[in-house]
Amino acid sequence: MITGSEALWQSLIAEGVDTVFGYPGGQIMPVYDSLYYYKDRVRHILVRHEQGAIHAAQGYARAGKGTGVVIVTSGPGATNVITGVADAMTDSTPVVVITGQVSTAALGTDAFQEADVIGLTAPISKWNYQIRTADEVAWAVARAFYIARTGRPGPVVLDFTKDAQVGMTDFRFEPCSFIRSYIPAPKISDQAVNKAVALLDAAERPFVVFGQGILLSGAEKELRAFLEKGDIPAGSTMLGLSALPSGFPLYRGMIGMHGNVAPNRMTNECDVLVAVGMRFDDRVTGTVSTYARQAKVIHIDIDPSEIGKIIPVEAGIRGDAKKVLKILTEKMQERRHPEWNAGFDRCDAVERAKVIDPEVHPGSGMLRMGEVVDRVVSAFDGQAIVVTDVGQNQMMGARYSHFRESRSFISSGGLGTMGFGLPAAIGAKVACPGRPVCLFVGDGGIQMTLQEFGTIMQEGIGVKVILLNNNWLGNVRQWQQLFFGHRYSETRMLNPDYAMIAKAYGINCVSVDSREALEPALKAMTADDQPFLLDVHVMEEGNVMPMVPPGKGIHEIMITESEWYS
Amino acid sequence: MENEVKEYTVTIYTENQIGLLSQITNVFTRHGLSIWSLSAGATSMEGVHNITIVTAGPEKKVKESVQQIEKRVDVIKAFFYTADKIVYRELCLYKISTPALLKNGGIENLLNKYHARIVEMNPIFTVIQKTGLSDETARLHDDLKPVGVLQFVRSGRIAVSRAEQEPVFKFLRKRERERNQLLNK
Repeated sequence: MITGSEALWQSLIAEGVDTVFGYPGGQIMPVYDSLYYYKDRVRHILVRHEQGAIHAAQGYARAGKGTGVVIVTSGPGATNVITGVADAMTDSTPVVVITGQVSTAALGTDAFQEADVIGLTAPISKWNYQIRTADEVAWAVARAFYIARTGRPGPVVLDFTKDAQVGMTDFRFEPCSFIRSYIPAPKISDQAVNKAVALLDAAERPFVVFGQGILLSGAEKELRAFLEKGDIPAGSTMLGLSALPSGFPLYRGMIGMHGNVAPNRMTNECDVLVAVGMRFDDRVTGTVSTYARQAKVIHIDIDPSEIGKIIPVEAGIRGDAKKVLKILTEKMQERRHPEWNAGFDRCDAVERAKVIDPEVHPGSGMLRMGEVVDRVVSAFDGQAIVVTDVGQNQMMGARYSHFRESRSFISSGGLGTMGFGLPAAIGAKVACPGRPVCLFVGDGGIQMTLQEFGTIMQEGIGVKVILLNNNWLGNVRQWQQLFFGHRYSETRMLNPDYAMIAKAYGINCVSVDSREALEPALKAMTADDQPFLLDVHVMEEGNVMPMVPPGKGIHEIMITESEWYS
Repeated sequence: MENEVKEYTVTIYTENQIGLLSQITNVFTRHGLSIWSLSAGATSMEGVHNITIVTAGPEKKVKESVQQIEKRVDVIKAFFYTADKIVYRELCLYKISTPALLKNGGIENLLNKYHARIVEMNPIFTVIQKTGLSDETARLHDDLKPVGVLQFVRSGRIAVSRAEQEPVFKFLRKRERERNQLLNK
């Protein structure tokens, strides 16, 4: 017989967990006490705030293919992870969150640090469960991991009562592989596949938009084969970035509000649109009523509730992207579309001349965000995992990074959580210690989870933090400039001396405010695998362009602040 | 057409799991659909519960909600029907003062007309039960008004589909076969 707390650790180990992110507190102390026995098998990373724990677990899961694990206490410990649970839900990230809970006898009595965690997390988690006896621990953990990582992945919350932590159980672990009410990998419909193949074979101007589903199902190779056989150009959602190497000839860039001109314009010119592992977020579609109306849409997704939710489809295929793409590639005819593909080049040329070159090679004036991203990513030869926070830093990070390997871009997409970046970068580096991890973050977002410098210091986590410092909440400021008549309401920020902050945490820092100083700073940053803060003072009122303004169709693109693409 | 607001009966089969009902009603709340009636109970299959919800909204919204409800891990199946695709009833209880009832003749006619019956009668009050569609039960309420209704309660709707067999049972049998295949591997 062992305690419920020990049963938790043994179950986690049985699920292959070797790293957890957490923060102790009153109602989770028995779990922390029994961690003593398992320190040789599990690395516990002590964060500085529970929000840091969950974002780190998200970064860990997204960089390394595993399930992120979080352990926090009851009440405020649990409510502090809620933003991250919601974030993991929107971005389909497998995490298992274990929250302490008061003993069953005290439930519902407003006991000290009691919160209704099951009620609070139900709408934002894939599954949640309150463990009330030690006997349920193994079952609940096995089920939690099965649900978190299969099908469309997501967060699972286990609310672990104090008496279940200290109660005794005859421990026996059995992995979960079947839940009758839950079908993670549905049978692929032949009928839908045949319909899709007929559409593809008849297509003259096919176009693929893909999302994180490619990464989640490990369908990178299958996607490439599919595109090559059909000679089909493809655009990526932000979360799909790095599924194709940036240099892949049929990869035509990012779609959406700040995406590339070519894939956005061609969305409204293609005759068959194939959407794989993406969900037509409003940041991707612009106005839905004018989105790809001319096209016959094939939508492939593992989650049936996504098919037809936003965009009406001609063929909806429920299934795992890897399997579906493999079948489609086998069945469809080999095609060439030279003229159609050349159309993308024409859009690219305009974007390069009007947006990319001025942003990446301005030559004079203040440093620009895109230029910094380009230099940093190049300094790591495109091998780095790029993590971003939310805002202009995110859009610039997404637009100007380039990738060689899959699972190299991590960002809070659906929820848009400022403060996500720093802890997520920590998690990514812990998952992939052999790869460089670069975080692009703004002066707003870094201060939302700044305390995680303490985690970096204590654990010696070699993340490279590139602070795109413009003394504004830049993304909101950009909208205020463009759509609110330059009324900069509460977006100006007076910043601390970040070099002093870094110094206090023992983190190397270089502050840069000129082009000449950037190269030596990058040399210093890339010289070793130690944590580093590069505080770059960039042009204060830089904007992210191109932009599909809110309320406009995806083809209506502002190429500069004063000019529309035509 | 797509935005036409219609009444729908949503039938949900679930595992017996704490907190599931609130997960389901959350989905309605999130889509701005109000719940007109709700009933929940065990089914003939052990461990399988049935929740029947009456709502009104555009078909697309209702469909979206039903899909998101079915996505919940412990929900086995969820369906939605317009009234013509189901046989459904509600149960109503009317409490009437017994002296008033006795003074007012014609109660027998009323009971016959509505296929209602008396389930309890004591010197103080009488309870009449009626099963039926909402407009019938409402009409009986109107007809009882002159006598004076002390209390009137209406249950949630329960419904069976017009399909010969509930699709959920077929589904569960299929899942059982899949479970056995998995275990035999």
